[in-house]
Amino acid sequence: MTSELDIFVGNTTLIDEDVYRLWLDGYSVSDAVALRVRSGILEQTGATAAVLQSDTMDHYRTFHMLERLLHAPPKLLHQLIFQIPPSRQALLIERYYAFDEAFVREVLGKKLSKGTKKDLDDISTKTGITLKSCRRQFDNFKRVFKVVEEMRGSLVDNIQQHFLLSDRLARDYAAIVFFANNRFETGKKKLQYLSFGDFAFCAELMIQNWTLGAVGEAPTDPDSQVDDMDMDLDKEFLQDLKELKVLVADKDLLDLHKSLVCTALRGKLGVFSEMEANFKNLSRGLVNVAAKLTHTKDVRDLFVDLVEKFIEPCRSDHWPLNDVRLFLNQYSASVHSLDGFRFACSGCIT
Amino acid sequence: MPGKLKVKIVAGRHLPVMDRASDLTDAFVEVKFGNTTFKTDVCLKSLNPQWNSEWFKFEVDDEDLQDEPLQITVLDHDTYSANDAIGKVYIDIDPLLYSEAATVISGWFPIYDTIHGIRGEINVVVKVDLFNDLNRFRQSSCGVKFFCTTSIPKCYRAVIIHGFVEELVVNEDPEYQWIDRIRTPRASNEARQRLISLMSGELQRKIGLKVLEMRGNAVVGYLQCFDLEGESGLVVRAIGTACTLDKLSSPAAFLPACNSPSKEMKEIPFNEDPNPNTHSSGPSTPLKNQTYSFSPSKSYSRQSSSSDTDLSLTPKTGMGSGSAGKEGGPFKALLRQQTQSALEQREFPFFTLTAFPPGFLVHVGGVVSARSVKLLDRIHNPDEPETRDAWWAEIRQEIKSHAKALGCHAVVGYSESTSICEEVCILSASGTAAVLNPRFLQDGTVEGCLEQRLEENLPAGCGFCHIPYDELNMPFPAHLTHCYNCRKQKVPDVLFTTIDLPVDATVIGKGCLIQARLCRLKKKAQAEANATAISNLLPFMEYEVHTQLMNKLKLKGMNALFGLRIQISVGENMLMGLASATGVYLAALPTPGGIQIAGKTPNDGSYEQHISHMQKKINDTIAKNKELYEINPPEMSEEIIGSPIPEPRQRSRLLRSQSESSDEVAELDLSHGKKDAFVLEIDDTDAMEDVHSLLTDVPPPSGFYSCNTEIMPGINNWTSEIQMFTSVRVIRLSSLNLTNQALNKNFNDLCENLLKSLYFKLRSMIPCCLCHVNFTVSLPEDELIQVTVTAVAITFDKNQALQTAKTHAEKSLQRASTDNEELLQFPLELCSDSLPSHPFPPAKGWSKHLESASSNSGIPAAQRAVTVEKASPVGEGNFRNRSSPPCANSTVGVVKMTPLSFIPGAKITKYLGIINMFFIRETTSLREEGGVSGFLHAFIAEVFAMVRAHVAALGGNAVVSYIMKQCVFMENPNKNQAQCLINVSGDAVVFVRESELEVVSTQQPTANCQPACAGGEVTT
Repeated sequence: MTSELDIFVGNTTLIDEDVYRLWLDGYSVSDAVALRVRSGILEQTGATAAVLQSDTMDHYRTFHMLERLLHAPPKLLHQLIFQIPPSRQALLIERYYAFDEAFVREVLGKKLSKGTKKDLDDISTKTGITLKSCRRQFDNFKRVFKVVEEMRGSLVDNIQQHFLLSDRLARDYAAIVFFANNRFETGKKKLQYLSFGDFAFCAELMIQNWTLGAVGEAPTDPDSQVDDMDMDLDKEFLQDLKELKVLVADKDLLDLHKSLVCTALRGKLGVFSEMEANFKNLSRGLVNVAAKLTHTKDVRDLFVDLVEKFIEPCRSDHWPLNDVRLFLNQYSASVHSLDGFRFACSGCIT
Repeated sequence: MPGKLKVKIVAGRHLPVMDRASDLTDAFVEVKFGNTTFKTDVCLKSLNPQWNSEWFKFEVDDEDLQDEPLQITVLDHDTYSANDAIGKVYIDIDPLLYSEAATVISGWFPIYDTIHGIRGEINVVVKVDLFNDLNRFRQSSCGVKFFCTTSIPKCYRAVIIHGFVEELVVNEDPEYQWIDRIRTPRASNEARQRLISLMSGELQRKIGLKVLEMRGNAVVGYLQCFDLEGESGLVVRAIGTACTLDKLSSPAAFLPACNSPSKEMKEIPFNEDPNPNTHSSGPSTPLKNQTYSFSPSKSYSRQSSSSDTDLSLTPKTGMGSGSAGKEGGPFKALLRQQTQSALEQREFPFFTLTAFPPGFLVHVGGVVSARSVKLLDRIHNPDEPETRDAWWAEIRQEIKSHAKALGCHAVVGYSESTSICEEVCILSASGTAAVLNPRFLQDGTVEGCLEQRLEENLPAGCGFCHIPYDELNMPFPAHLTHCYNCRKQKVPDVLFTTIDLPVDATVIGKGCLIQARLCRLKKKAQAEANATAISNLLPFMEYEVHTQLMNKLKLKGMNALFGLRIQISVGENMLMGLASATGVYLAALPTPGGIQIAGKTPNDGSYEQHISHMQKKINDTIAKNKELYEINPPEMSEEIIGSPIPEPRQRSRLLRSQSESSDEVAELDLSHGKKDAFVLEIDDTDAMEDVHSLLTDVPPPSGFYSCNTEIMPGINNWTSEIQMFTSVRVIRLSSLNLTNQALNKNFNDLCENLLKSLYFKLRSMIPCCLCHVNFTVSLPEDELIQVTVTAVAITFDKNQALQTAKTHAEKSLQRASTDNEELLQFPLELCSDSLPSHPFPPAKGWSKHLESASSNSGIPAAQRAVTVEKASPVGEGNFRNRSSPPCANSTVGVVKMTPLSFIPGAKITKYLGIINMFFIRETTSLREEGGVSGFLHAFIAEVFAMVRAHVAALGGNAVVSYIMKQCVFMENPNKNQAQCLINVSGDAVVFVRESELEVVSTQQPTANCQPACAGGEVTT
């Protein structure tokens, strides 16, 4: 006796969160069944392995059918085939677009192309995430990228609108898209200690302050026709950064800047003396990184450079985090009082 | 007498890409009704076209309006080659033809293609202007309402229940016409869908005419079926119960009646009587015309009974027979006379209802059934379907005579079915013989004092159990005792019925689903020989099914079956029998005896040991079941009960009652006194198997109950979460050594595993009950068995259920409606508070959406639909920018589906019309669609979606009495092909949550603005 056909269709589509997770994680039906058995579900419910197998198959089939809709979440809301309560729809979408930290670190800043996709095998082996799951995550990144690439308006809003993600997840995707677009190098060994969250934080600040959208008058009127893309760095702004060179090139200015910063921070910094000693180097490092940003190649190396030129010196002097923050704030604030500089540097937090 | 049909095509969305080059589609729409076709403009290069067409107007006869479906075809325009069809939508405009139902059909319909399934959606608005007063439409039957519900619909009152209506129409099946060889599968499928749509329209119109002739205005319990006879044609047949219904107008009066039928009925002073177990069915075996005369069938029917008065109607005994005695006698005789005369005018005093207005059902005689095996031959003249008519007339006649033999003048819970394999067809009919109160059968003349007396006379909660036949002249041997409730009249020891449990029946404990499953091998044969072989097997199958039911019932410690449905399916080389029913313990009937096993060779020591071991197991099981289902009947002393009426008794070889021998039985702790125990004689391995299989049925896991009736006896605290589902399984039998035992085991395992899977899947709903569990079995091919289950899982509140059950029992005699209200509404309120179903915030949006939709119901559907429609295109084109929480703006309204006639925790405020849909789906890329499971899973999901879309377009938010009447699945894996036909029906309704009703009614002043706000939300 073999089961030829075995299906269950509810008027309200049943979604089992545990099975959904297993499916998302890329387990095959038999692996999923094995994992469920191990979770002790049989003992809890008194079911048999055959029942579990049939149940898992059924859920997998449902998810497979839903996947097409999940590629364009608004479709999931408007489709008529599966009746799913909104809370469940939200859960389906959110989980489908969720990604693994380990995976995203591997592809962050890489071009979302076929070439990268071929490397997924290695990533899968390296991270222990199933290839299937890697593909889903990669395809998600790519899909979001494609959709919002040419769009105007706020990146986060666009993502939220077209993929119905939660605010948090939409911000993460904005960061991923932003990094992919600018191809920031994040894979160097020196950068390994940085988490996705760190980069996402930077991305958010950069989107807010360094992009066309940030520079234009857009914030007051986000729906206006202004060409306010969040994806690309503002070329003019980068050009303007060159002018910062004066901060290190002009000796007087450098000294004045230094004295302003030192006066303000005296007594507030645990590492004041180191700071004072190193100010010139640090300032030169920062300004050089900023001034080079007109070259695409240097843009890609932004994070590597920042770490090399600024963070590593700080670390070698054992600056506490808070001191770094105070220093940077004061560093940029003082510039304002120096001149008409409009400058907002992102803090790279260790 | 024309009417004007107006159609507007608004927009499409999610269309498939038809032009690979541009990844877009140039879509346009053809709107066809009868022979007239209109076209919209082509909407170039868009997957979400906005046509906003003018109103297409069709001026048509009302006859056509009833018969024809509106056919909407979406196509992709192609300049150089033929336009490609994207898909179609068939819209049945019948609901627009009667005044109380929908006034407009408006909404998004899935575009369906028989090869590709659903491909996008189309927004359509349909209206009908009838030029004449409805009265003048009598030639067609516009205005007659149809209900699938097998009880009087909730917002109506039955003035008169006229009786049985039936009709059938036949045609050639397009699939078998010569042209099918040259046309595409798509064309063939569409021809079939269209034909069936036409035929069912015609059938409905003809039935409507009959109803008008009877001066009724509605058909309740309408059941329409298709027989795909293959070469010999296509038969569409329908049965129903003609009624004159009155709309209950004041909603206020209706409020308390709330949700479950039980509630409503409880208010009524008096209930229906379902009936006893007599199983006088005769498997009729006639090959051609020979009528039923099968004695074995009779021998197993059991019954009992006893009323002092006689209700026996058997012609021989006449009315005089028993009436000797009590005060009730003369009255009843009178009653009967009237009823009889009322019913005699009818050819077939049948009723497809399974639940009745209070007082309608007086006594129940037992199950009557008839089967007949026929050889199909080509239908030569479709306009004169006489052969089929004659076949059914024959069977109905037989049913009628069985009922008569049981002293009953009517048959309730009546249904008909067929099973076809090649050219052999088994026709089956079954129902419950009953005595009815004439009050509803003719115009109000009899009301008044008679009615009064009747009510006084019939004891509450047990009247229906009392035997309708003459105890001195019983149609079959049975064991009668005095009713345990009123102690006056006689009752049988076991009752089998096809109807729902009457609401005021006094039940002890809970009920459970009981199934008998059986397979019998049969030689492959042709035509006549085949039919003969089947005819010969049938009586044995019926007998065994009955035995199994009886044994399982005893094993559960129960004494009555409701909702009994026995299905016998025929395949190439086997017959399958599947009987489902809900077992209960009726307080009025005697406690069932135990089951005793008797060995054949008592000398063998080890054998004896084995026997006693089995016996112990059985006794343990009975005890366990009694505990599980909370069956604790009050102990009664012998004297009160009275001694059983002595009578000669003959039992069939397997079942022997042995009431005489009280000593023997004494060892069974479960059977007390003179109660008789069943003896199972184990004389061969077969019998051994039977006993084993008895013990293999496992009860559902704790927190689960199941029944195949509308509501579960002993549970009355439903919360509002419901989940309707369909599950299908097909197994392939290994062709090696097929024996009856192996078959039985396979079949049994299949059903048990299916149930286990259901319990597992629905575990998150615990505590819950699977209601209206409907199994159908078919044998699509040689070694394939297909089982399809449709049911609804309803959650209930465990603690309150217990309480209410108690109170209910205590109060069951007091019928003041106020009591009931208190009793029932209180728990409901609580439930809705603690309702766990929507834990997430977005869920609120959903439920709000739902609520608001329903609170809107005061607004005419038309208006509402229009606003929704207006709003949606906006949402469509480009999404609202910066929509708030992304999920709150779902524009798809929730439509509930349930096989029950009610929605727990809600009140149905309006019936919008019948939904009767037929779909064919075919694929030539089975593997690519996920194999057979993937294919069927998707198809059933699509069917649900199309049903929901139609209901929503009518302005409804639920389908009640939903049934999947057919699910015919054929596959050819070698060719990578599969085909499936599905036929579903139900009643589209608008319901309002009870909690909302209460709010509105209690806070009238403050609530004023609420509906408005809610309405706003819907349309955003």
